Amino acid sequence: MKASNSLWREQPIESPFPELMREIEIYETEIELRKQGKMDEKLFAETRLRRGAYGQRYDNGQRWDGKETQTLPFPSSKTELTKGVNTVWDAPGMQRIKVPFGGMNPEQLEVMAELAEEYSDGIAHVTTRQDFQLHFIHVDDTPALMRRLAAVGITTREACGNSVRNVTACPLSGVCSTESFDVTPYAKGLAYFLLGHPDVQDFGRKFKVAFSGCKDEACGLVNMHDMGVIAVKKTIDGVEKRGFELYVGGGLGTVPHQAKLFDAFLPEEELLPTSQAISRVFARLGEKKNRNRARIKFLVAQLGIEEFKRLVLEERATLENDPRWTAYLSEIHELDEKPLRPSQPLADTLQTESFQRWYKTNIFHQKQAGYATATVTLPLGDITSDQLRTLADISRRFTNGTVRTTVDQNIVLRWISEADLPEVHAALDEIGLGQPGAGTIVDITSCPGTDTCKLGISASRGLAGELRQRLAEKSHTMDEAVQNLHIKVSGCFNSCGQHHVADLGFYGVSRHSGNYTVPHFQVVLGGEWTHNGGSYGLAVGAVPAKRIPQVVERLTGRYVAEREKNESFKAFVQRIGKVQIKGMVDDLTKIPTHDEEPTLYTDWGDNREFTIGDIGVGECAGEVVSHAEFGLANAERQVFEAQVLLDENQYQKAGETAYASMYQAALTLVEELFFNVPKDHDRVAEEFRARLYDTKLFWDEYAGGKFGHYYLRAYEKRNESYMPDEAHRRVEEAQLVIEAAHSCYSKLLGSRSLPRQLSGI
Amino acid sequence: MNIQHVNIKFYLENPEAVKLADYAAVFNTWIQKQRLEELLIDVADYLHVHNGPGIMLIGHEADYSLDNRAGRLGLLYNRKEQLDGTTQEKLTQAASAVLAVAQILEKENALKFNGQEVQIVINDRLLVPNTAETFAALESDLKAFFNQLYGGAECILAHNDNPRERFTVNVKTSANFDVGTLLKNLSVETAHA
Repeated sequence: MKASNSLWREQPIESPFPELMREIEIYETEIELRKQGKMDEKLFAETRLRRGAYGQRYDNGQRWDGKETQTLPFPSSKTELTKGVNTVWDAPGMQRIKVPFGGMNPEQLEVMAELAEEYSDGIAHVTTRQDFQLHFIHVDDTPALMRRLAAVGITTREACGNSVRNVTACPLSGVCSTESFDVTPYAKGLAYFLLGHPDVQDFGRKFKVAFSGCKDEACGLVNMHDMGVIAVKKTIDGVEKRGFELYVGGGLGTVPHQAKLFDAFLPEEELLPTSQAISRVFARLGEKKNRNRARIKFLVAQLGIEEFKRLVLEERATLENDPRWTAYLSEIHELDEKPLRPSQPLADTLQTESFQRWYKTNIFHQKQAGYATATVTLPLGDITSDQLRTLADISRRFTNGTVRTTVDQNIVLRWISEADLPEVHAALDEIGLGQPGAGTIVDITSCPGTDTCKLGISASRGLAGELRQRLAEKSHTMDEAVQNLHIKVSGCFNSCGQHHVADLGFYGVSRHSGNYTVPHFQVVLGGEWTHNGGSYGLAVGAVPAKRIPQVVERLTGRYVAEREKNESFKAFVQRIGKVQIKGMVDDLTKIPTHDEEPTLYTDWGDNREFTIGDIGVGECAGEVVSHAEFGLANAERQVFEAQVLLDENQYQKAGETAYASMYQAALTLVEELFFNVPKDHDRVAEEFRARLYDTKLFWDEYAGGKFGHYYLRAYEKRNESYMPDEAHRRVEEAQLVIEAAHSCYSKLLGSRSLPRQLSGI
Repeated sequence: MNIQHVNIKFYLENPEAVKLADYAAVFNTWIQKQRLEELLIDVADYLHVHNGPGIMLIGHEADYSLDNRAGRLGLLYNRKEQLDGTTQEKLTQAASAVLAVAQILEKENALKFNGQEVQIVINDRLLVPNTAETFAALESDLKAFFNQLYGGAECILAHNDNPRERFTVNVKTSANFDVGTLLKNLSVETAHA
């Protein structure tokens, strides 16, 4: 804990948002109350999360060291002080810092640098929601850190928890020629209108909002958001009006949903009140008990978009007028950015090869002639304190400090006179930030994964780093079609790395082999990044983590060799079909024994023997393949078949096959406990519920009973017909049920006290 | 002046010969074997970052890292927990901790540290502002500490007065010192080694 924490409390800090300072005082009091045992740990956890102070891996005081799980003897363990259930007070955590629409200025970059140095590990991490995150932070230091942020107009309020998360926007807003108009002031207006608003305090889950200036590009990723907003103009009575296409109910997560169109033209003055009405409906009708069905996407799916809209409009009609709804519109042009230097074209002189490569991939020509936006590619979203300070200097030297973070985990410098680009590149290069490759296959997005995230299954950053290094070495000799692909990696099924919208997506899973657990990544192909995340990829199979580079090499190699003219990767995947693709990687899925290939049993960047937590290895598991492993493999095969049927638009069969795969997985697990269970659907479901679902054996530590519920719901609806959306969802759910079945099987192996019955008594 | 959160860095000789990627495994083994008498939590790998913190051994009381900031590879100790005592005692604690770890790395991993040069940073801008006044206030304590560390050999203290940086002093001596001698000068038992 920092010695200066109490001194920061006494500092006369003038914040642009004085209410933020009061908010921090309240939080500090809550910390004290918790320390005195006067505040419940669950309540404290939620209040902490709503200030962006998040848990981090090993904060339960346990860490697998490669041989055994060690207890980490934090000083606070003696007093059993916790900052949430099973969360040790002294264990380091993560601080998420909200950056609405990614907008930063040099002073804010400098404060971020200082905080990373003084409270964290010298690294600031840009997230896929344009936030910053600092890791290894002591909870006692968080109020001082928040005060320093507040001094430069940044809040961490509602960065986590069941609240409105950072409002994201296209980082090219205001400078892009494809936009209808600049969404920046609207994103800012909405972000601060909803921040701390009473109507957003009672959500069952988080709520994410994104803005895009146009429909076709990727930057806003509107389709995968709880609420997405696309700028549109409409001429009404001869007058051009600004408004928005409004979408609701999108989301990635475990089962991705495409957002539904709520309104094709919502007038600008209706944006805030309609958002408020949506929030009220979500707070009132959204699921509260079952957190796995609590996102607004489930409410929209359950009600249907028309009914949801009717309820929102009904609510809208009851809202008392709030002057803030439109007050910000009169100041909208005050946000317009101005260049620092006059516009001048890039000199027609010979530039270095390094500059040319950077210029080709990292420069976006603004709609304002003679100006460019430069992307600063951050490896894995990481930037050092020294780099942040120099970046602040560069932004002051060449621009008016116009900086934004991006959902690709990069930073952009806007409003650079094109003549200055060689100097900007040279300045960036001096601090190691002049790398080319923005928006290409080497610019890989990754969530924190097992490095710091409590939910991570596999090392997403480790894999992303490895792929980045390998691909960068040959990037400038690569076929252009491959260069333009996107790779995104998540450490688990929760999609923080946005793997669903990548050409090549990967998410962490595990498989059992002999006495060991092997890190894997599920391969997800054919997602669409453009059109605001227009469509999602589908899983084609799980491959050991260490073999993913081979998967990338084979798939990109075949794409180059066999693609038709101008054929996208998504179209290519659809054309050759998943059967062939699976055939290309089948040999890679075979797992040799630990003795034959021990490195396969460790993850990228981590020499420890792999584990998925405290799950032990069962005594009965030997080198022979068990009945259960066969059963689960059978279920995997079925879900793959369901995906193929989906590709062929055979929705009814796809849905039925997906259910069959879930039934197979459930049967396999039930048989582990009751071998002679009658093989009929009713009995298996009944036994599954009693032995695995109600006992929580099938529960996921994070997702709870969600995956079991998927199977039981599919069982109940198994005789119904499948519409395309439902079939798609059923296939996704089946994939997750099977992943959960693998985890459950590992649990069963680890708890030999569970006897297997032969009869059903 | 109450100094806390002392950072101290000793530089490596032949940094280009060091295969940094191997040290994530080394540090993880230290956690496994509870190699140090303090709480070690995790390993962080930042080799992908230019002139960054390299490979870090994250602890509760302090972090250790094979750090490459400013493009100079060395072993950095970052004291996180507060300490009681005088300025010299706090400097001695930090120096002893980093040198003890350096000694292990020399013995077990064939690294070689250059004892002639050291950097001290106080990792708290509010507590210890990076000003000429702070340097004036701490100079005698710093000199006394380095007098002990270098066994009376002459050394030069250079204050980095860049106001954006934390309070930083770079110290150089012309005499050669190995890690063992420096530890001996501090009268510290090499408990870890």
